[in-house]
Amino acid sequence: MSTMTTRRTARGTAQGVGASAPRPDGRAKVTGRFAYSSDLRRDGMLWGATLRSPHPHALIRRLDVTPALALPGVHAVLTGEDVPGSRTYGMKVSDQPVLATGVVRHHGEPVAVVAADHPETARRALRLIRAEYEPLAPLTDPEAALAAGSLVRHVRIRHGDLAAARERAEVVVAGEYEVGMQDQAFLGPESGLAVPLPDGGVELHVSSQWLHTDRRQVAACLGLPEERVRLVLAGVGGAFGGREDLSVHVHACLLALRTGRPVAMSYGREESFLGHVHRHPARLRIEHGATRDGRIAYVTARLLLDGGAYTSTSPVVIANACYFAAGAYEVPAAAIDGYTVFTNNPPCGAMRGFGAVQSCYGVESNLDRLAAALGADPLDLRIRNAMRPGTILPTGQAVDGPAPVAELLRRLAARPLPPREPYDPRAMPGGVGNATRGESVRRGVGYAVGVKAIGYSGGVDDGSVARVTLAVDAGGPVARVRSAAAECGQGIVTVQAQIARTELGVERVEVLGADTGAGDAGSSSASRQTWMTGGAVRGACAAVRERVLGRAAALLGTPAGALALDGGAIVRADTGEVALELEEALAGGEITAEHEYRHRPTTGIDPETGQGDAHVAFAFAAHRAVVDVDVELGLVRVVEMATAQDVGTAINPLAVEGQIEGGTAQGLGLALMEEMRVEDGRVLNPSFTDYLIPTILDMPPVRMDLLHLPHPDSPYGVNGVGEPPSLSSTPAVANALRNATGLDLPRVPVRPEHIAGRAEEVRPGTT
Amino acid sequence: MRVNFTVNGVEQTADDVWEGESLLYVLRERVGLPGSKNACEQGECGSCTVYLDGTPVCACLVAAGQAEGREVRTVEGLADGERLDPIQEAFVECGAVQCGFCTPGLLVQAHDLIERVPEPSDPEIREALAGNLCRCTGYEKILDAVRLAAARKAEAGR
Ligand code: FES
Ligand code: FES
Repeated sequence: MSTMTTRRTARGTAQGVGASAPRPDGRAKVTGRFAYSSDLRRDGMLWGATLRSPHPHALIRRLDVTPALALPGVHAVLTGEDVPGSRTYGMKVSDQPVLATGVVRHHGEPVAVVAADHPETARRALRLIRAEYEPLAPLTDPEAALAAGSLVRHVRIRHGDLAAARERAEVVVAGEYEVGMQDQAFLGPESGLAVPLPDGGVELHVSSQWLHTDRRQVAACLGLPEERVRLVLAGVGGAFGGREDLSVHVHACLLALRTGRPVAMSYGREESFLGHVHRHPARLRIEHGATRDGRIAYVTARLLLDGGAYTSTSPVVIANACYFAAGAYEVPAAAIDGYTVFTNNPPCGAMRGFGAVQSCYGVESNLDRLAAALGADPLDLRIRNAMRPGTILPTGQAVDGPAPVAELLRRLAARPLPPREPYDPRAMPGGVGNATRGESVRRGVGYAVGVKAIGYSGGVDDGSVARVTLAVDAGGPVARVRSAAAECGQGIVTVQAQIARTELGVERVEVLGADTGAGDAGSSSASRQTWMTGGAVRGACAAVRERVLGRAAALLGTPAGALALDGGAIVRADTGEVALELEEALAGGEITAEHEYRHRPTTGIDPETGQGDAHVAFAFAAHRAVVDVDVELGLVRVVEMATAQDVGTAINPLAVEGQIEGGTAQGLGLALMEEMRVEDGRVLNPSFTDYLIPTILDMPPVRMDLLHLPHPDSPYGVNGVGEPPSLSSTPAVANALRNATGLDLPRVPVRPEHIAGRAEEVRPGTT
Repeated sequence: MRVNFTVNGVEQTADDVWEGESLLYVLRERVGLPGSKNACEQGECGSCTVYLDGTPVCACLVAAGQAEGREVRTVEGLADGERLDPIQEAFVECGAVQCGFCTPGLLVQAHDLIERVPEPSDPEIREALAGNLCRCTGYEKILDAVRLAAARKAEAGR
């Protein structure tokens, strides 16, 4: 089953494709020398700060900045009236104000910005701005928003003969489920440094997932041509979708251009929670019809996502939620309706898994319900209905590429369950709090599997550009890779270096910093960057190789086809012996080539039926969660997470594992603790005191089984790996809790009060 | 006010320190050591962990004045010149660093653990690092790194 198509050259490229090469930025990161976007300082620089709306919906009656401007040390105070270009921005639709004018539509919306010579002075100045609001009734219920026509997008998918499938179905099970608002909670706050340029332009060093699309929006707001706006990727402290939209970008540039001085901005944690989009909270209604022998006959789904105050990426998040609302199964008929609406809640947009997390939670929860109704084993039911190559998706596309869903589930089943440990309070729910001696602790096991598209779906003509130079300098042969791919922690810098090593046979590779002077690499999202920018680097390397071998062939009088690059030299392809030193081959100058990689074309979906060949590729992951639940106290300890995933060819196995472990943790967080609590449009818990993410005590060991089925369409057979683990992790935990307690638990995160005190509803332990 | 203290073995004087400035702020903005990270300023994430007189503390919770006359050691002071400490080496080797924003604080905390408990058990590692949030790794590789560094240090000490 498992095959690796790793290319290894005979000599020298120990850190090439397929090796767990160390990160090129690792040393800087462990010595404190790596410069994050919050670490950048310049002589004479100022500090920016943002005034935000305390109201979810209000008219701005008055905005008087004069008292703030009068404070010594304050150099500028700007409002929406001071935005010279477009007053709004947005990735898909330009509807989000740079600074609100007239009306505010969500709690935390930026209203004014200040630049001062000390961060504390800037904060004091904010308090001196006289902002008067006339509060309006906020629209906060997504159902009410839908009824009022406050719609961002309705996605409609119709597949197969639903009426006939309903006839055939002998068992019908419907459930309603809810997902709370999750936050990316990256540790590095939104931050950047804007430097005014002599030509009237500006250079912005910033955390980002996609520099070029940021620049397009920033330039429009500044009223500058794009050539005068240069974006440089500063060190990024995690992203997970939360840096797809702009944050400090325009504000810092406006202040820098107004004051003529560099301006640094850095959000505190509270501001970070208010200053980026979140994962859409969702209400899901899923219905399964099946025959008694345990075959799914149909699925219907109604998904309602709260998009909050502005569009952000909502139109594509809801599409992605709908594409996979029938799960990783053979489903002959389906009717899927997804809605995302505008409300006065915080804006929602991209987060790892991008809509598929919510629908996977719904469909996998309902699948366990279906299993119970059929009297079937939840794992067997999943295996029996597992999607496979050739399965027709609800959107009409046949699944191509590897689709080993049944195999992933079998791998989980084959793994022995964790043993019960001897009593240790640290291993009990509640941990060192010593909350329980274990009398009312029940163990539960839950399974889930998920599918997601890799790369951009729906007819987006997506590409990535990379440039590679092969040279010899004082240190010997070196390859330099330049792209604008955003390194957010996932390791795309390592991947680029590994590919150059393998393709050019040199050990020393420099991955240059990312900025908008390079070609557009697209976004570090949709699990696409290794595939897309990996493809671009490989293509550029191939072009470089062809030219250097061409030169060598001319010098040696040998056909180029008989030569190869290896060990930092030109070698004879058959024997591997060195034919020419690279230095001689490059005597005529270094060689540079650029390559643009594009994936196969896709189409949009039909607005009435949702039919279309929308996807580039698919990726699958499955989880098994084992939990201990104290049914009296409602406390939960996850004992083990086991996962199986097809990762395609792993360019860097260690980094792949890291993605899977991290994604599993974020899914566990959504299942048990992570929620932005919003009441009447106000965010109640914008801090790490009140918004909890898993700690090392919350995370159990993650046991992993990886398949390496090379994807036929991708460079080296890679596939995207970052998002799939965040799909199935959450429902696996929820299903384990249901298994342990016998409760419905329709909503995540599951809180202790959802379990505690409901002991009378609890059937005897299932263990 | 003026604060005199030692950072990574070097005497430092910070002038014009405001009331209410934290040790973290002084390290990052006045001493020019931005390695310690600010991810919450509330003592909740551990990214700012430094040694204060040999004990790990959240630098964001320590008022700058409290550092007067004391010794601070930050992530920048863990390596011996260009030679990385085993815990730093192990973090890179084991894949415990992704975005790395949590790393400086985790390194100091893990360094302290291994000093106190030469061969820590998994529950001991988890307990020691419970105040350090990491959003990227799921902690598995961090555990690997601490185990490896502890083993190497024990080996070297034998
Ligand atoms: S910044 Fe000090 S604990 Fe978070
Ligand atoms: S590596 Fe990113 S927070 Fe730990």
